[in-house]
Amino acid sequence: MDFIEKAVVMTAADMNRVLARMASQVVENNPDLSNVLLVGIRRRGVPLAEKIAAKIKEMDGVDVATGALDITLYRDDLSTVAERPVINKTELPANITGKTIILVDDVLYTGRTIRAALDELIDFGRPRRVQLAVLIDRGWRELPIQADYIGKFVTTTEREIIKVMLPEYDETEQVLLVEQV
Amino acid sequence: MPLKRKDLLGIADLSPEEINLILDTAETFRDINQRQIKKVPTLRGKTVINLFFEASTRTRTSFEIAAKRLSADAINISPSTSSVTKGETLVDTAMNLQAMAPDAIVIRHSSSGAPHQIARIVNAAVVNAGDGAHEHPTQALLDALTVRQNKGRIAGLKVAIIGDILHSRVARSNAHLLSKLGAHVVLAGPRTLLPFGLEKLIAPSEGSVTFADNINEAIAEADVVMMLRIQLERQAGGFFPSLREYSIHYGLNRRRLELAKPDVIVLHPGPINRGIEIDSDVADGPFSLILDQVASGVAVRMAVLYLLAGGG
Repeated sequence: MDFIEKAVVMTAADMNRVLARMASQVVENNPDLSNVLLVGIRRRGVPLAEKIAAKIKEMDGVDVATGALDITLYRDDLSTVAERPVINKTELPANITGKTIILVDDVLYTGRTIRAALDELIDFGRPRRVQLAVLIDRGWRELPIQADYIGKFVTTTEREIIKVMLPEYDETEQVLLVEQV
Repeated sequence: MPLKRKDLLGIADLSPEEINLILDTAETFRDINQRQIKKVPTLRGKTVINLFFEASTRTRTSFEIAAKRLSADAINISPSTSSVTKGETLVDTAMNLQAMAPDAIVIRHSSSGAPHQIARIVNAAVVNAGDGAHEHPTQALLDALTVRQNKGRIAGLKVAIIGDILHSRVARSNAHLLSKLGAHVVLAGPRTLLPFGLEKLIAPSEGSVTFADNINEAIAEADVVMMLRIQLERQAGGFFPSLREYSIHYGLNRRRLELAKPDVIVLHPGPINRGIEIDSDVADGPFSLILDQVASGVAVRMAVLYLLAGGG
């Protein structure tokens, strides 16, 4: 697949500032950080959750626990995709009952990933509350799901794709708006 | 890399990449089996039929649990309660099952090739759960998963498979799989129970498959010792003089196990005959992973059902 690059939505410096702001919002909304668990949705949500945890540590000196969720087995489109997606591990602490879970993902789009993540979380226990943090909200929701912490809202057309690039998986760190040619 | 095939009929035609994909996927499913809620919605609305023409508790239960933990509906059919007793042919049974639109059919049959015949007739994914003396692919996969989890690798390991190799589909599937992943497999047993020439059916690979008729030679410096059940019903065939003699020459006991590497692991596909092919203090001892194999079995079968029947 070839893409044409239409715009740089965020540079690495922008991302750093935005994540710092999101981290301080998390601290502001959750006075009891010891009860908070930042859960990244695989793949790119995981390093983002870790970055937010690192920012909180910088600001307040508090270690916030992190986890990872692979939602593949909970997807609602498994029977329509041609190939079985590779499954990765879900890593959550033994008991999430009573915790405040902050789901972290790179892009909020249709909302279906978050629906799957909520279903999976509930199979692990009964969290006290679940919040959602996303780096980019690009609109086009298909389910009644909204984020509590948004890095940036980007107006998109349905054909456009938001590419969040992180050093963990890509050669650079930036967010691009691209379109498939 | 996806698994681009409708059925899982044997290990012989799988590539090392496909084997690793199944094992990696199974790794994730092992975690699910440790959770409090051991069920995911992945195969909701799918139907899995277990068609077992031969006695089985472990394998059939394992497939049934695997299907149910993926939210599929599992139906068990055994010949004593089916129309097979009324004389229905295998092909007719398959066509009738097909008419009920299952998504996967798991089949065990005493005739080699029975699953292959059914696979050609039905649209459902067919999983071979043991056909005659041919293959038992999910057993070899669960053995490999158990070894990999314990040793961290398969390549370069010496694996002794000991017992009735001649009649063993477990030995055949394991010889294919382990050699494809680079292990050195030694098949050992009484000469009457060694199918010489089998190595010619194994695809050339980094690993190897050789024979030994001396069990001590097979066990020497082995990383893995896999004992096979001596099928008591075979004794009438005159392959060996008596069970007692078999046990003395080919049984695994603590003294023999000392010939292997100090961190050897002992496997057995079950059901075990205590005191015949394996002594109780070995089967229940610190080197035995026999019950880990059973746990791996559920994970491997979940992986296979997900990869074959997960789509539309």
